[in-house]
Amino acid sequence: MKGHMRVSLSSTLQLADGPGRTVEVQAETIAEVMASLTDRYPSFQQLLDRGVAVSIDGQIFRDDWTQRIPLGAEVFLIPRIEGG
Amino acid sequence: MGHDQKYVDKKYEVVGERFNRPDGIDKVTGKARYGADASAPGQLVGRVLRSPHAHAQILKINTAKAEKLPGVKSVVTFEDMPDLTGGDQGLADILENCMARGRALYDGHAVAAVAAVDEQTAAQALKLIDVKYKKLPHVTDVDEAMLESAPVIHDRIITRGVEPAPTKPSNISARTQMGYGDVDAGFAEADVIVEKTYKTEQTHQGYIEPHACLASVNPDGTAELWVTTQGHFVFRNVCASLLGLDIAKLKVTSSEIGGGFGGKTHVWGEPVALALSRKANRPVKLVMGRDEVFRGTGPTSSTSIDVKMGAKKDGTITAAVAELRYQGGAFPGNWAMLACMTAFACYDIKNNKSIGWDVVVNRPKVAAYRAPSAPMAAFAVESTIDVLAREIGMAPIDVRLKNVAREGTVAPYGPTYGPIGIEHTLKAVKDHPHMRAKLKKNQGRGVACGFWFNIGGQTCTDLNIGVDGTVNLTLGTVDVGGSRSSMAMIAAEELGIPYEQVRANIADTTSLGHNDMTEGSRGTFSSGMATIFAARDAIGVLKERAAKMWGVPVDDVVWEKGQAVATGKGHGNLPPLSLKEIAAKSGRTGGPIAGHNEVVADGAGMGFASHICDVEVDPETGRSTIVRYTVVQDAGKAINPDYVEGQFQGGATQGIGWALNEEYIYGDDGRLQNPGFLDYRIPVCSDLPFIDTKILEVPNPLHPYGIRGVGETSIVPPLAAVGNAIANATGVRMTHAPMSPPRVLAAIDERAHAG
Repeated sequence: MKGHMRVSLSSTLQLADGPGRTVEVQAETIAEVMASLTDRYPSFQQLLDRGVAVSIDGQIFRDDWTQRIPLGAEVFLIPRIEGG
Repeated sequence: MGHDQKYVDKKYEVVGERFNRPDGIDKVTGKARYGADASAPGQLVGRVLRSPHAHAQILKINTAKAEKLPGVKSVVTFEDMPDLTGGDQGLADILENCMARGRALYDGHAVAAVAAVDEQTAAQALKLIDVKYKKLPHVTDVDEAMLESAPVIHDRIITRGVEPAPTKPSNISARTQMGYGDVDAGFAEADVIVEKTYKTEQTHQGYIEPHACLASVNPDGTAELWVTTQGHFVFRNVCASLLGLDIAKLKVTSSEIGGGFGGKTHVWGEPVALALSRKANRPVKLVMGRDEVFRGTGPTSSTSIDVKMGAKKDGTITAAVAELRYQGGAFPGNWAMLACMTAFACYDIKNNKSIGWDVVVNRPKVAAYRAPSAPMAAFAVESTIDVLAREIGMAPIDVRLKNVAREGTVAPYGPTYGPIGIEHTLKAVKDHPHMRAKLKKNQGRGVACGFWFNIGGQTCTDLNIGVDGTVNLTLGTVDVGGSRSSMAMIAAEELGIPYEQVRANIADTTSLGHNDMTEGSRGTFSSGMATIFAARDAIGVLKERAAKMWGVPVDDVVWEKGQAVATGKGHGNLPPLSLKEIAAKSGRTGGPIAGHNEVVADGAGMGFASHICDVEVDPETGRSTIVRYTVVQDAGKAINPDYVEGQFQGGATQGIGWALNEEYIYGDDGRLQNPGFLDYRIPVCSDLPFIDTKILEVPNPLHPYGIRGVGETSIVPPLAAVGNAIANATGVRMTHAPMSPPRVLAAIDERAHAG
């Protein structure tokens, strides 16, 4: 069931016509968060193209957009990281 | 079949023990086949012509004479590698980096390539290629590249992250800002404020094995590539995109790898070798020389960093600001952004701000190097913390513990930390006998901390049980540090059989689903997870077969210690069936027994480390000798402690090399002056003491065994640990890495003259 949640965005994910620092969405999974943001803020797609990861209660999910988001969880979008 | 990746505490039979690696015998006897060890009938020798200029317009490339030379079978330039990237700027940058398109952007940039019947003919052909250059102004220093007066390398770069957006292009590709709180208010609270500026020089991953591949493209569009790489599936996808090949028709096989550390996550000569082969219609082997590796592949950023930190007399850090300038070579990167994310990540500082500037210069395109960008930021921050501690009269370890990040701390990049291990490592350092060992004359001790994210990613694993009960584990993540041993141990643990009964292999790209690179310390985390789930799949099949053999419902069968056991009323007198017994009958109970798993392994736990370094500095020469070194790091769970310790030691060694010697040196002409191991000095065994290690295990809640990546974090603290040790040995604070003998001696002399 879709839950109401507040999503925070890193300062590096700011766009003039983007979601800002926090945004409220109805979602159950990471994919639904991303779809909601892209629907409401078409420019958000630019950020997705550059790479966005999601921190859920401090655990970073980089790729698995099927991940369910527990009610009340801290949801934070950050740049997608690669390593060496 | 879904599997739960949550951590479950359990007792292990195999995991945690020390076993020999399955590739060990081949490696010590010289049988192991690396990138240059493949051959094919009719193969040609590929060689690359590289720009001698730091920045130049390519007016004309005349290949006619080279093409006419007997024995030359193909010559390629950018015209043979048309742009198929469809507006993907990142991919277009990779293509342009592999082969210059109208401009040479750095000394060593590839401008043409040949394939010939032998080495001599190929070398002669390179000399016959006539390239007309028009030299352009260049810039190689990160600070100079940011000046308004600097030559602008790309007209298309408008700085991202600045409002309002600049109207003119520059070399600054992006500005990043992170942090929270009110730093001005924080500094107003401080009793002591320290401000320092640091520089770090460009270093290379220094892998012993140069880049090498054997490419073969057929007229029907099928192709094969044997290559030393950290990720053959990703290489396949990138090469197929650049050359217009079908992914399924390009078979890529990863050779044994003689080190990568991030430098073999990117393609360099591989698309060129494929283009040469396609044009010649023969296999082409392309092996880089060491000078090409230095000039033409991807080192790390050189940097310039300002740090300002304030603290109360009780050690509380009230505010911290860092401004980090990182060059990414001739193409835009996000290296300064990573530095912003990691700079203060070990600490709970209520007012912090990091500003990053990503800058392009006329140097090779920067590639990841083990915890990319974090070591330089840690050098600046961890050095400043020591200065701050000295100013307020506290032990540096106590200042770190006073401000350490814990579960619940808000990370500088935004989210709140879950369970993390930095406090555990600092406490272990404080209690370590190394901290109480006496120092001799001219010796000093330094401590520093480090952080790296770690990542997961796409992973696919097969497990096949032979009729004799031995197990083939088929992996798609390249083994760069002993992961075949660790994966075999995990499979043995799950199945309840001896380690020796499992053989782990790395599959080519036609034999398994996509696997992401072995990067971001993900190999053991991700493939470990997929191996656990594949083994559990196989156990499900084993139970079904046992149920058939007994003629009982499968729900009445459990798997215990490597055998099926019938439970429930009426089955009590059935003797258990071992894996071997079930496997032996598999042909008559349903066919081969296998397990399989594909997973996006996410939730990689973060890596934290604290290091102790003792150094002795010769006051007459400025030479620093590491006399004792200890690494304490959180591994979540060490599967094979030998290889975890190996990662700790390897990372520390590379960090020490960076701290003391390693440095790209450019002349005023923008050309690299030291592209060889004679003049670019990496540490060898005789330079270092045995590096002591202590593995901590704070389980990662999102891995069934609690695994965290361990491959990268250990390179983060050494620059600062060495710098802090030198400061304590000499009284001189070094702010420019590497802290090579001439720099240390100059600093000692300067202090002496200052009285």
